[in-house]
Amino acid sequence: MLYDIRLSISYIYAGSAVGGRHLVRVMPLDVPGQQRLIAGLLDITPRPEEWQDGLDFFGNATTSFAFRGAHRSVGFKVQARVERLGGEPDLHQSVALTALPGDLDDCTDLGPTSPLHFLAASVRVPRHAGMTRYARAALRPGMSTAQAVVAIGRAIYTDMAFDSKATTVETPAAEAFAKRRGVCQDFSHIMITCLRGIGVPAGYVSGYLRTLPPPGKPRLEGADAMHAWVRAWCGPNLGWLEYDPTNACIPTADHIVAGYGRDYSDVSPIKGSLRISGGQKSIQAVDVIPLTA
Amino acid sequence: MSRTKARAGPSLFADYRPLPGVPDELVDGAGRMRPAWAGLIDHLSGLTPAQIARDFARGDGHLADAGVFFRKYGDDSLAGRDWPYSAVPIVLHDSEWTGLEAGLIQRADLLEQVVADIYGPNRLVADGHLPASLIAQSPEWLRPMVGVTPRSGHFLHFVAFEIGRGPDGRWWVLSDRTDAPSGAGFALENRVATTKVFPELYRDSNVHRLAGFFRSFRDTLDGLRADSHSKVGILTPGPLTDTYYEQAYIARYLGMALLEGEDLTVVDGALKIRTVQGLAPVDVLWRRMDGVWADPLELNETSELGTPGLMQAIRGGQVTMVNALGVGILESQALMAFLPSISKVLTGKPLLLPNVATWWCGGLDERDHVAAKAHKMIIGPALGTRMPYETNAVHAVAGTLHKGQDLADDIDLHDWFTANADQLVGKEIVTLSTTPVYENGALVPRPMTIRVFLARTADGWQAMPGGFGRIGKTQDNAAISMRNGGAVADVWVVSDAPVDPTSMLARPNAAFIRAEPGPLPARAADNLFWLGRYVERTEGIMRLVRAYHSRNAEGASEPLLRLMRDRLKTYGITPDEAVPAGLRSTLASAVYSAGNIRDRFSVDGWAALQDLQKSMTRIARTAIPGQDAALVLSVMLRKISGFSGLVHENMYRAAGWQFLTIGRSLERAAMMADLLAAVAQTEAPDGGLDLAIEVGDSIMMHRQRYSVVTSPETVIDLLALDAQNPRAVLFHLNVIAKRVADLTGGHGPKSPLERQVLAAQTAVALHAPQTLDHVALRRIHSDILDLSGALNGAFLH
Repeated sequence: MLYDIRLSISYIYAGSAVGGRHLVRVMPLDVPGQQRLIAGLLDITPRPEEWQDGLDFFGNATTSFAFRGAHRSVGFKVQARVERLGGEPDLHQSVALTALPGDLDDCTDLGPTSPLHFLAASVRVPRHAGMTRYARAALRPGMSTAQAVVAIGRAIYTDMAFDSKATTVETPAAEAFAKRRGVCQDFSHIMITCLRGIGVPAGYVSGYLRTLPPPGKPRLEGADAMHAWVRAWCGPNLGWLEYDPTNACIPTADHIVAGYGRDYSDVSPIKGSLRISGGQKSIQAVDVIPLTA
Repeated sequence: MSRTKARAGPSLFADYRPLPGVPDELVDGAGRMRPAWAGLIDHLSGLTPAQIARDFARGDGHLADAGVFFRKYGDDSLAGRDWPYSAVPIVLHDSEWTGLEAGLIQRADLLEQVVADIYGPNRLVADGHLPASLIAQSPEWLRPMVGVTPRSGHFLHFVAFEIGRGPDGRWWVLSDRTDAPSGAGFALENRVATTKVFPELYRDSNVHRLAGFFRSFRDTLDGLRADSHSKVGILTPGPLTDTYYEQAYIARYLGMALLEGEDLTVVDGALKIRTVQGLAPVDVLWRRMDGVWADPLELNETSELGTPGLMQAIRGGQVTMVNALGVGILESQALMAFLPSISKVLTGKPLLLPNVATWWCGGLDERDHVAAKAHKMIIGPALGTRMPYETNAVHAVAGTLHKGQDLADDIDLHDWFTANADQLVGKEIVTLSTTPVYENGALVPRPMTIRVFLARTADGWQAMPGGFGRIGKTQDNAAISMRNGGAVADVWVVSDAPVDPTSMLARPNAAFIRAEPGPLPARAADNLFWLGRYVERTEGIMRLVRAYHSRNAEGASEPLLRLMRDRLKTYGITPDEAVPAGLRSTLASAVYSAGNIRDRFSVDGWAALQDLQKSMTRIARTAIPGQDAALVLSVMLRKISGFSGLVHENMYRAAGWQFLTIGRSLERAAMMADLLAAVAQTEAPDGGLDLAIEVGDSIMMHRQRYSVVTSPETVIDLLALDAQNPRAVLFHLNVIAKRVADLTGGHGPKSPLERQVLAAQTAVALHAPQTLDHVALRRIHSDILDLSGALNGAFLH
């Protein structure tokens, strides 16, 4: 499946912003066997005085840029063509949940895809006893790790209401969990907290979701902005299994990855610091358009 | 009474009773005095208790005068606590020291190898010498540093080790401090205090000096620069950190800029200081900020202390961090479990100095061992970087669980340990040696540890001969910690032969170089400017409140009282109390601004400001509105004039002084213009003009220049237009113009700020007393306040 992806984000400041340095992670990734970035272009206005592209620890494409002078707004535009490959993962490859600790003990890999990075608490995903209990309640004896991931993801999908007014980008997962409301970021953080609580390595995936549903299918939640979902490590054979708790599905053709991290703070599309007086507002638009049916 | 009887005498030593089964620094295993102590004990024995008290008081006096303090975590004020100094130093012979030094240098080299591997090839993990999860799960493993080779070629340049002597008489390493070790400045201050307590004894005792160590370290830092025009700075998390005093002290001592993250910016990959003269290069930072906070873009995103882009400058080899970011992982409590074997793997040699026996409970055998021996262990977080009793983490000491707030009441040690074992580490409890402390006329044994500092110099690692001694209140290990009531002491390393009396001063034969003051960071300038404003505002408010209370007591007219209340209200003051809350908070703002720039501020000035605040708080509790209030405010006014005088008399005439002065003049001119506008209205109440010359401290001058009777013209002339009267608006606009010219150099085309100052100055100067009415005064008041924004735009961003 070929997609054209367009993202446009602008920030408009009430006063003028002085200086400012930003780090963005918005470009779809090349993931061998899963997706291929055919072409990608990032455009920033006004033209930054400094611009540096790089890769972060987890292999995500980053662009760091800075402004020197005063400016009233910043705009980003991404245009990318991506080929989404791959089919359904074979869940039978997963190890039993009870066998997972042994596999993790055997792991000495500290590279970016190692599951070991995704077990401990992270900035946005502290341990949470309530979520651990919640995760345990979704388990049944004899489950494979993949079955456990799907069961916990479904439970979250069932119990949580999608509500873009209930939380903001800064809301802690524990608060969204208590309200049982939130958006893809909250669903994902809750699911990661649950999985790590029962010893399953889990990470955050940011990316894009097809905005126009295939004929006869409902439009997926979260398609009007960048999307987020989860991946969990299910043993050395299956490896990483992605799961979208906002839509209760295993991502296949509709999800395009832009970044992998431990939680949102590793992959936030835009981080920045600048000096402004007064507030700011932001406008975001995403289009993910299939080119082949 | 004979003099000998009155002396502390030989009984001081004879009555000293070390604890059974516990090694002691003063007394060896056979009950004999260790020779290194002989001079000190002789000296003390020759003094009377009163003389000892007097001598020891000199040490405390010095520390109080110098403003040494420490802050406990959780204290939110900028003030702090008295320094818990124990005057009797810990004495070691240099033959013993040499062995310690060799062991610690070996350890520093080993840690360098370990951290280079952890951020590089990761062979230790791949070969099974370190568990992968210890690295991957540690919040101190800073992933952006993976694969980065530090510009200097080294991760570690300055480290500290906490050591103690165990029951068998051997020294043990208790903890490794690598990320941003504190204490070297405290050690220096303790040394200065000790030289005040024992001036002759210190001179004659062949005590190794500390200054040479600091000089080598400073030279080393200078040598790490890529460019001789660039600066070396000390990176601080700011005045709310518990060791800020020490950072400010050491910055003054070494003559380095104390920089906060906000003082720095990255331009085209290079690090710069934002100064009032623009950007100045800096490429070596002695880091006193924990690594995770250093860059909000790539490290902890919630950090407000860091510098966006710093990681990029580091990756690009544009800056040397002392120490490199990420070395905090070496402080992980669990690492000590693996270092003994890693030493053999990497160097083929065992550790010369053992570290405390440690078991990482992620391994099954270790878990069982710790569970069985829990009564002899401290059990705490494996990835923690402090001894658990120095943190709020759940931990167990000798079989007792310390829960903090996170754990339910019905959970016991066994439950907790079983549920969390893979996150825990057990450390054997070491019975620490004791050292004598002078209490109630006698020497008594107390447990001690020493923090020893090592710097990497051009000739390799060099240890500071001495250290930061910490002494416990009780035999309990946790009592060593200052937050648990411990004390501190100097550490003397004594030699049999005379030592090199190095000082920080340049060698006599070195060429004389006058060091120009470094560029002023914009943040410091901003704080100085506001300090000037707040102190002046405090004084102005005091004058108004005093006038209000005395007039209220004398039954002045309601319209006049209302005029004064209205003026005070614009500063957030309600004069119902003798010392209104708003006045106290204005002074608190002045103290806050001063507290942000302790390194640029004289010790006496800081003490005077704190003294003022203490007096005001005390007086506020007892003074009553009316004449009593007017009297106490007169006393406070004399104190604040004393402070202003101290600062203005003693402050070096550099950029910092210019900002302080501009702040003061701006505030004084604005307050006066505001008051004059109110009293110059045609419908102003009677007595307003007299109020203005009283608040303007110009009654005598008015009498000499005009007559006893005030008129709008005489008052406006004296308090607005008289360029010779230091209470007049024009006087202060002239001051601002001069100081701004000093800052800009005064040549070339005028900057927007200079034009704005000139406009305000001219607007006042062109008036005659008859034309400067309340409308014109209002406009001038607003022009003056606008200068604050213009100054900000010109210098303070």
